[in-house]
Amino acid sequence: MPSVMLKKNAEGKLVFYVPKKDLEEVAESVEFDSPDKWGGEVVLSDGSKYYFDPLDAQPDFPITLRAKRLDSGE
Amino acid sequence: MAALTKEETEALIQEVLEIYPEQARKDRAKHLAVNDQSLEKSNKCITSNRKSQPGVMTIRGCAYAGSKGVVWGPIKDMIHISHGPVGCGQYSRAGRRNYYVGTTGINTFGTMNFTSDFQEKDIVFGGDKKLAKIMNEIEQLFPLNKGISIQSECPIGLIGDDIEAVAKKANKEINKPVVPVRCEGFRGVSQSLGHHIANDAIRDWVLENRDGDDSFPTTPYDVAVIGDYNIGGDAWASRTLLEEMGLRVVAQWSGDGTIAEIEKTPKVKLNLIHCYRSMNYIARHMEEKYKIPWIEYNFFGPTKIAESLRKIASHFDETIMAGAEKVIAKYQAEYDAVIAKYKPRLQGKRVMLYVGGLRPRHVIGAYEDLGMEVVGTGYEFGHNDDYDRTIKEMGNATLIYDDVTGYEFEEFVKRVKPDLIGSGIKEKYIFQKMGIPFRQMHSWDYSGPYHGYDGFAIFARDMDMTLNNPCWKQVKMPWKTDDSSKVAVAASA
Repeated sequence: MPSVMLKKNAEGKLVFYVPKKDLEEVAESVEFDSPDKWGGEVVLSDGSKYYFDPLDAQPDFPITLRAKRLDSGE
Repeated sequence: MAALTKEETEALIQEVLEIYPEQARKDRAKHLAVNDQSLEKSNKCITSNRKSQPGVMTIRGCAYAGSKGVVWGPIKDMIHISHGPVGCGQYSRAGRRNYYVGTTGINTFGTMNFTSDFQEKDIVFGGDKKLAKIMNEIEQLFPLNKGISIQSECPIGLIGDDIEAVAKKANKEINKPVVPVRCEGFRGVSQSLGHHIANDAIRDWVLENRDGDDSFPTTPYDVAVIGDYNIGGDAWASRTLLEEMGLRVVAQWSGDGTIAEIEKTPKVKLNLIHCYRSMNYIARHMEEKYKIPWIEYNFFGPTKIAESLRKIASHFDETIMAGAEKVIAKYQAEYDAVIAKYKPRLQGKRVMLYVGGLRPRHVIGAYEDLGMEVVGTGYEFGHNDDYDRTIKEMGNATLIYDDVTGYEFEEFVKRVKPDLIGSGIKEKYIFQKMGIPFRQMHSWDYSGPYHGYDGFAIFARDMDMTLNNPCWKQVKMPWKTDDSSKVAVAASA
C-alpha cells in the first residue's frame, strides 16, 4: 500500500510519484475519471497497475493518496 | 584516443568486473552501464541507491553529512548543534565553502562548529540534560541567533535520546525555532536519506510557522531558489540573473539563506529547483500543500542558462519573458568572448565525471559549450530518477557508473584515457599521480562560482588552466621511460 503523490503535468496527464521507490511515471489510463467519480484501476506507462478506492469527486491535484499494487511487481 | 564503441565499452565493464568474487561481481554489474539514449527509463540499465558492498572503496557519505553538511548547515543565522561526539562536526566543519554575508560568531554561524561533545557518561546516562543546558548557553553567548537545529550523530539514535522533547521545551523557553533532526549517520545507504530527513524536518518544524500570517507583502513575481548551496558564491551568480529578468527572489535554500527566508517560502509563486536530488522532497510537499508549482533549471554554461531562463520565464507574463531575452542578450558578448578564448584550447578534450547531487548531468552542457565531451559520468548517491534525467544528456556508448568503487574508477580511467577528470578530493591525488589533469568538482577546487554567466567565465578559465598546465608534461614515472631515451643513454655511454 504505497503512498502515491499524484499531480497533473503540463500536458494535463496524471503523473504518478512514489517517493520511496523514486518511481515517476505518467498514468496511461484511469478507470473512473469523470467529474463525479475518480479512481479505480490506474495503468502506468511502464505497464504496472495500481488501484485507488474510487472517490466521489475529482480530487484536487496535487494530492497524496494510498494505492494498492495490483500486479506482483518486479 | 578515439571514442569507444558500445561493444568495447561493454567489454571494458566485463573486464573490470572480472576481479571480483562472484557475488560482488553480480551486484556491481547492476551499477555499471553503457549509455543508450533510446532508453526512456534508467531502471532498464542501471540500479542505484543500494547499499555499498563491504570491502570496496566507496566515496559516499552518511545521513548526518546530508543533513548537517548539505541542507541545514548553510542556513547562516541558525546554530546547528552536532549532537554527539565531537568528531563528526569538527572534521566536516567549513569544508563545503557555502559563502554567506554576515559577521561570523555574532549574527551568522556558518563556519563555526557547535557540538555537545559526548563523553562516556552521556552515552550511559543519556544526553538530554546536556542538550538542554547547551541551548541556554547558546542563548547567552550568541543572543542574535535566529534558531537552533539539533543534528543527531549516530549515538543519539542508538541510545534513544528524546531530542524532540528537549527541542519542544527549549522552543517555549527561548521562543525561537528549535528543530530536532533525526539524521543519525547509520540511516540509509548514503547521504541521500539525510537530505530527505532534513527536508522532512523543515516540513514538520519550520515551513508552517507563518501559515495564516499575511503580513509579508507578496508580488506576482516571487520565486524561491531551492537547492543552491552558494558554493564559492554560486547562488549569488544565479540570483543576479533572476533579479535582472524581473523576478523577486524571496528565499535562497539554503546557501546564504536564513530561517526567515525559509519560513516565507510558502508565499512564493514558483519554486526553482537546482539540486533536484537534495531538495525535490520539499518542493513536492509545497506543491501539494501550498499549490506552488516547481521546475528544475540548470545554470551551468550559456546554452543551458538560456534554456532555463526561458523555461522559468514561461511561467510568468510577457514582461518577464522580455526580461529573460534582455538578460540573455546582455551577457551574450561576454560569454561569446569566453567561448572564443577557451574553446580553441579545450576543443575535443574528453572528460570523466564522478560527483554527487546534480552535477553529473548539469555540468555536461557547460563542457559541451567549450567543445569538450563528457565520456563517463556517475552519481555517488543518485536515485533512478537522476539517471532517467542523465540518459538524454549523455552521448551514446558512454560509461555510466553508480557508486563507483575506487578500483573500478581507476581501471575505467586507464582504458578510457580522459583528458580531464572531475571528482572529489579523495580521488584527486590518485589521478594527479597518474598524470591526469583533475578538478575537484565538489567545491570547485577552491574556486567558483560556476553558476550563471559570471560563473561560466571562471569555469572555462579553471578547466583551461588545469588541462593545459605545463606540469602534466613533466609527470613521467622513472620506470616508464620509453625505449628511445634508453637508446640515447646507451649511445652516450
